[in-house]
Amino acid sequence: MTDLVGEEDVPIEATLNGKPLKRRVKARQHLADFLRQEMELTGTHLGCEHGICGACTVVIDGCTARGCLTLAAQISGKSVDTIEGMTESGKLSELQSEFIARNAAQCGFCSSGMLLTAYELVASGRKMSRAEIREFISGNMCRCTGYHAIVDAVEAVMAKKVKASAGGKF
Amino acid sequence: MSARQASSTGIGARIPRRELKRLLSGHGRYIDDIELPRMLHACFVRSPHPHAKLVSVDIAAARRAPGVAAVFTAADINPKCEPFVGVALHRPGHRSAPQRLLAAERAVWQGQPVAVVVAESRGEAEDAAELVAIEWEPLPAVGDQWQAIAPGAPVIHAELGDNVAFDFSLEKGEPGKAFAEADIVIEEELRFERQMAVTLETRGLIADFNSGDGSLTVIHGHQSPFQMQEVFSRHLNIPEHKIRVTAPDIGGGFGMKLNLYCDEIATVVASMLLGRPVKFCVDRLESFVSDAQARDHLIKCRIALNKAGEITAMEMDDISAVGAYGMPLRFNVAEGMMAITLAGAPYRFENYKGRTRSVYVNKNLIGMYRGVGMPLACVATELLTDLAADKLGLDTVEFKRRNYWPKASLPCVTPGGQKLETVSFHECLEKLVRLMNYDALRKEQAELRKRGIYRGIGIATFCEQTAYGAPYYGPSGAAISTQDGCTLRLEPSGSVRCITSLTDQGQGTLTSVAQIVADSVGLSIEQVSVAGGDSAISPYGGGAWASRGTAIGGEAALRAGTMLKQNILALASAITQTPADALTIAEGQVMNARTGQVVISLADVGRIGYFRQDTLPRDFDVQLSVSASFVANDKMCYMANGVQASYVEVDCETGFIKMLGQWAVDDCGRVINPLLVDEQVRGGIVQGIGAVLFEECIYSDDGNLLNGTMADYLVPMAGEMPDIALDHVETPEASTRLGAKGIGEGGLIGAMGSVWVAVNDALKPLGAKVRHQPFTPERILDVLARKT
Repeated sequence: MTDLVGEEDVPIEATLNGKPLKRRVKARQHLADFLRQEMELTGTHLGCEHGICGACTVVIDGCTARGCLTLAAQISGKSVDTIEGMTESGKLSELQSEFIARNAAQCGFCSSGMLLTAYELVASGRKMSRAEIREFISGNMCRCTGYHAIVDAVEAVMAKKVKASAGGKF
Repeated sequence: MSARQASSTGIGARIPRRELKRLLSGHGRYIDDIELPRMLHACFVRSPHPHAKLVSVDIAAARRAPGVAAVFTAADINPKCEPFVGVALHRPGHRSAPQRLLAAERAVWQGQPVAVVVAESRGEAEDAAELVAIEWEPLPAVGDQWQAIAPGAPVIHAELGDNVAFDFSLEKGEPGKAFAEADIVIEEELRFERQMAVTLETRGLIADFNSGDGSLTVIHGHQSPFQMQEVFSRHLNIPEHKIRVTAPDIGGGFGMKLNLYCDEIATVVASMLLGRPVKFCVDRLESFVSDAQARDHLIKCRIALNKAGEITAMEMDDISAVGAYGMPLRFNVAEGMMAITLAGAPYRFENYKGRTRSVYVNKNLIGMYRGVGMPLACVATELLTDLAADKLGLDTVEFKRRNYWPKASLPCVTPGGQKLETVSFHECLEKLVRLMNYDALRKEQAELRKRGIYRGIGIATFCEQTAYGAPYYGPSGAAISTQDGCTLRLEPSGSVRCITSLTDQGQGTLTSVAQIVADSVGLSIEQVSVAGGDSAISPYGGGAWASRGTAIGGEAALRAGTMLKQNILALASAITQTPADALTIAEGQVMNARTGQVVISLADVGRIGYFRQDTLPRDFDVQLSVSASFVANDKMCYMANGVQASYVEVDCETGFIKMLGQWAVDDCGRVINPLLVDEQVRGGIVQGIGAVLFEECIYSDDGNLLNGTMADYLVPMAGEMPDIALDHVETPEASTRLGAKGIGEGGLIGAMGSVWVAVNDALKPLGAKVRHQPFTPERILDVLARKT
């Protein structure tokens, strides 16, 4: 019987969806598994577990990151936001409304990651072309829609943001 | 429906899907989100070899690993399940060896399950699976079609004698004579590589066998709970009424989650052996070697024309490599049969010859995937006719105008056997030409060619078989129901609960059903809830496949709604002492049909119907739950159709192809919700573009998958995709009250055709042609170098 690497516990102190978090986590557990299995935050989805599809996207210290390529132990001292927290805080509400109005989702499996990536984009307050929006969300695979409605939705929110302010932050 | 109701949420309304708020806020419940008490997790050990003898399997170390509840091999699992023989009874000569759940003496594809580890967590199951020691003796593998039928080829299943699964030919008219007498003959060889559905959520299920009462509950990420109920009953010997299969939220299906998978059924057996719930969710890497794959065809095709520019004959000769076994229930002859029976379907001609062969190779099984063989028919037809138009010196649009089946010739039966009744090729084409501004685009293309910029325009017309009727699966021997059903119940408060046999993997079918129920009863959609995907509670049905949900399940909903409305009005009539035919229902109120005055609210009808029956006449029969089922008894399918166009640019230096624009006009009959239809079409288009430009399961010559990760198997991302402009023609299906046809596959079918034609159009002035899908930069550079 070989010894399993990574079974040891590591203490972490972080902020999760705005609330303090103090836990011991398995050294080998990635962040998405930790969120799903330990915190019961199942809105973060796993599509490939090798960093390609973007379904597991979360926000760490204001920037999107792959939940499957981040170890839970790495979030110590950082602030993590998931689809659940970002929904509850209302930060995603404009994007969610536009996505729903335009049917910019079908199965919904990519949507958590797609919305968080889109939020990073619109929060900057910059105006971007459709081609630039397409480029920005190209780390998030959607297998159901034609992407067209997603780009429409992001564009609509972006137009409102540009009108409302010259810039913004997470 | 004869008269469309003026409702803002009913049939025809462009309204958002009702499931989306939940799905977009992280509150979906997909299979891996669900936990049951005492649940265990399964991990499979798979063959690393395409073809190898299993010398020994040592599970002792795995059994001792932390958290492991059991390790099962073929000896434990296989005796519990009747083997599967994936043969369609109505296709004479179709053969397959019987398939057992786990490989026992030999593995015949890389990825075939050999053993299953069941542990307290998926992580522990994976760790223990690595400790299963298998001694293999590799055998010569059959890697492709030509190897499979070469003299002296290794025979994968000795009992079959050779590797041929199916060999079928059809002939109509006198194709030999027509080709001999033709003024123009164009002949091409096309290759379509293997590809995958790549649902973002992988396959998965939780099997929960209750040894106390012998009942089985399966929460299954599957498109057809009824199909699986029947399979579990028949093959695991459990009475059907003791099985309940439910579908949770599903992260995409595209036909792939319709097939039968030995690892999923072995998970159910593991639950039966252990008496505990067992979850199995495929991880991404094993999805590449275990999800049913698609395509893998070589097609020789040709077309004959006379000087007048009329098509006189067409011929298709298809050979496909279908994997190591016949796919049970969802037969591997389907792609080839569709390819040869739908080829040429939009065009009028008399003489036709088609042949399809399916052969076994040491690869994963071919099963259902969106479009099945229809895109292959579309590509062959549209490439040949585009080249024919060139030869005739005709613009491709003009060629189509002249050669489509004229409206006056309908109904007709094509030489491939397709019945065309309510198709609209000409209307779709004219709308498309306007939508894309065709003439201006051709002008731009010609201008840019002078500057060394190579752009191509491709137009593709297609027929889409949707919503199969009983004549399709009935004779095949497969227990697959082509009916769907709907139960409606008036709640005491006056709202309506709908339980449909349909399932929804993101299409929005349940919202469409709510619209139909709302309209047919006389409610607003907010007063209707819809549940689906439960084999225990709704009328029997097929679920989601072959673009059938709204057409078949929607018709059942409409009929149930009409029945419920009648029953409500009868009760309202008894309560209010008003003749029933003087009453109607609108916006949730029973009204005087003539004056529009409210007579009684549905809440009062419900209250009296459920709690104050004592106030009704003694013999009055209160029936506020109704069920209706619907099937097309006598129709093979409802034929949808459409036309699409692509505008592409080929970079001759790098071989890269850029999608500049895509236009689509479809006719799916009555549109229930245009918002849902639009994104269904666009989503199909993106998968079609992906198929032509990117997607390929790359195998070594001897059957090893070389690109089984998401980093290596390319799928379309937003940055590579164009904006997609849409328009619609609505020609209702004549045989139903609803008039809807399907829309799930047309996007993919037409896009594959239009991108094939467009890329080749761009290459024409360079004297090059590409006939090998996907059109990778390497293949483009190769054909430019060869100038074939």
